[in-house]
Amino acid sequence: MEKPILEVRQLVKDFPGQRALDGISLSVPKGSFFSLLGPSGCGKTTTLRLVAGFEEPTSGDVLLNGEVVNHRKPYERRVSTVFQNYALFPHLTARANIEFGLRRQGITAFDARVEDVLKLVGLAAKEARKPAQLSGGERQRVALARSLVLAPDVLLLDEPLAALDPKLRKQMRVELKAIQRRAGITFLLVTHDQEEALSMSDQLAVMNEGRVEQVGTPEEVYFQPRTRFVAGFLGAVNWIGGVGVRPEATRIARIPENHGARSTPAMVTDSVFLGDCFQVLVRLDSGEEAVAQVHRSFATFMPGESVHICWSPADEILVP
Amino acid sequence: MKLRFWFLLPSRIWMVALFAAPFAIVLAYSFLTRGTYGGVEKPWTIEAYQRLADPLYLTILLRSFLMALAATVLCLVFAFPAALFISRATRHKNLYLQLVMLPFWTSFLVRTYAWLFLLRDTGLINMTLQSLGIIHAPLQLLYNDGAVLLGLVYGYLPFMVLPIYATLERMDPSLIEAAADLGARPIATLFRVIVPLSRPGIVAGSVLVFIPCLGAYLTPDLLGGGRTVLVGNLVQNQFTNARDWPFGSAVSMLLMALVTLLVWGLLRRESEQLG
Repeated sequence: MEKPILEVRQLVKDFPGQRALDGISLSVPKGSFFSLLGPSGCGKTTTLRLVAGFEEPTSGDVLLNGEVVNHRKPYERRVSTVFQNYALFPHLTARANIEFGLRRQGITAFDARVEDVLKLVGLAAKEARKPAQLSGGERQRVALARSLVLAPDVLLLDEPLAALDPKLRKQMRVELKAIQRRAGITFLLVTHDQEEALSMSDQLAVMNEGRVEQVGTPEEVYFQPRTRFVAGFLGAVNWIGGVGVRPEATRIARIPENHGARSTPAMVTDSVFLGDCFQVLVRLDSGEEAVAQVHRSFATFMPGESVHICWSPADEILVP
Repeated sequence: MKLRFWFLLPSRIWMVALFAAPFAIVLAYSFLTRGTYGGVEKPWTIEAYQRLADPLYLTILLRSFLMALAATVLCLVFAFPAALFISRATRHKNLYLQLVMLPFWTSFLVRTYAWLFLLRDTGLINMTLQSLGIIHAPLQLLYNDGAVLLGLVYGYLPFMVLPIYATLERMDPSLIEAAADLGARPIATLFRVIVPLSRPGIVAGSVLVFIPCLGAYLTPDLLGGGRTVLVGNLVQNQFTNARDWPFGSAVSMLLMALVTLLVWGLLRRESEQLG
């Protein structure tokens, strides 16, 4: 395997009265799309800020290209951040925002690079506008272009889609991934949205309370979560007698299924129409609650009805 | 509509009685003839304005302009770092702001007299330097342009600090991080991001300092010792010693016209910048 472009080793960060990071280690391969996923306060943004150089670690190391950069200032690191609020310079046009970094680094003949990146993010027609005259999505593209144009070793994205409306957010996910592939730049994305992390990442690290719970591909962490926290954070889980089953892998039947499926008796408590499917809520004899996501043609179950919930052993999530 | 009328009435009365009426009086006086013992009498004339063309008065006007400009620039140089420091302070921010405003607790006149006691031949500075053996004869610290400039900068510094502080305080701190992130060293961040973004505060502060400095008469009178005649002293003098009210009024009108033009032009340019 190729040498990682970004590595953090046993990183600890203390803030007054609080430990934000409790010894995390990560290794981000060159050219990959890597996400840090976790609830607010899990330390993902702190990790990003330590990589960017806005904070210095209490202990542990940040390595870029194999070099320890703990005490280097942000302007001495070949990384660039796309801020959650974009942090565009309001007094400069979109183009001047994009040129800002190039000028600071003393690069002169940059017109072609700027044109390329404007095309890449689809902003060519709006380059003369100031941030206040751009929509939220356009501002985000400027922020992205401003960092991309510097061809950083790692591009850091702090909840970049959080400020967009849901429809645009889904569209930008696809686009962001496409831009990352075309540009061939390593992306480190911070998000609390599991769908976002799952849909864009090559690898993701699930974080909780200043620690990394699991690192893996989206499939690995979704289907083989190592902890209850990971299983629960990446999607709904029914915990049935110690094993986990995802709602979409949970079936409902009036009589138990044969051919190797497992089943347990339950009673329907509610049924919720979601458009493309129904969510059937049941209570098991053990008192545990479970949810089954079923196709609408199966949704003939009424509250109070006695049923069996069934699942395949292959779909079971086993955690310690 | 009715409510609006009553709400605006007090400020209307105030403005008419204390601004419009005196303005009209001064305007009228400037077109009258001087009375023998002060005051004004008929006939109507533009003689006062004709006298303004005298190079002597133009020189005074130019000197005042330069003095006010120098005071404004110096205030900016001192105020900007102070405002930046206060806006970035994580602790004691209110204390620092209180310190900036502390001088307002005492009368401007008293504070200007305090400078007299510091700067005069037998003042604190000269006595200290002499007792330390650094100098043997008192330095001429008072009654020159430098003393006037010092007094003006001292007096109007808070008017520069506060508006700049207000704009810096509103500035999104992530912009400074973004600049560093994009490769800007602190100096580049200062001049490419922080200064341009605090421009509205700089303009407001400059107007607030420049205008009173241009018409200042107390500071040049006390610290300049009459040697440093500025346009404010000229006006004051016409109404007192010279007993030439029409000419004093004409100088006032000219000063007001110049300030109005200047501020109007500046603000128009600023609003174009923002738009």
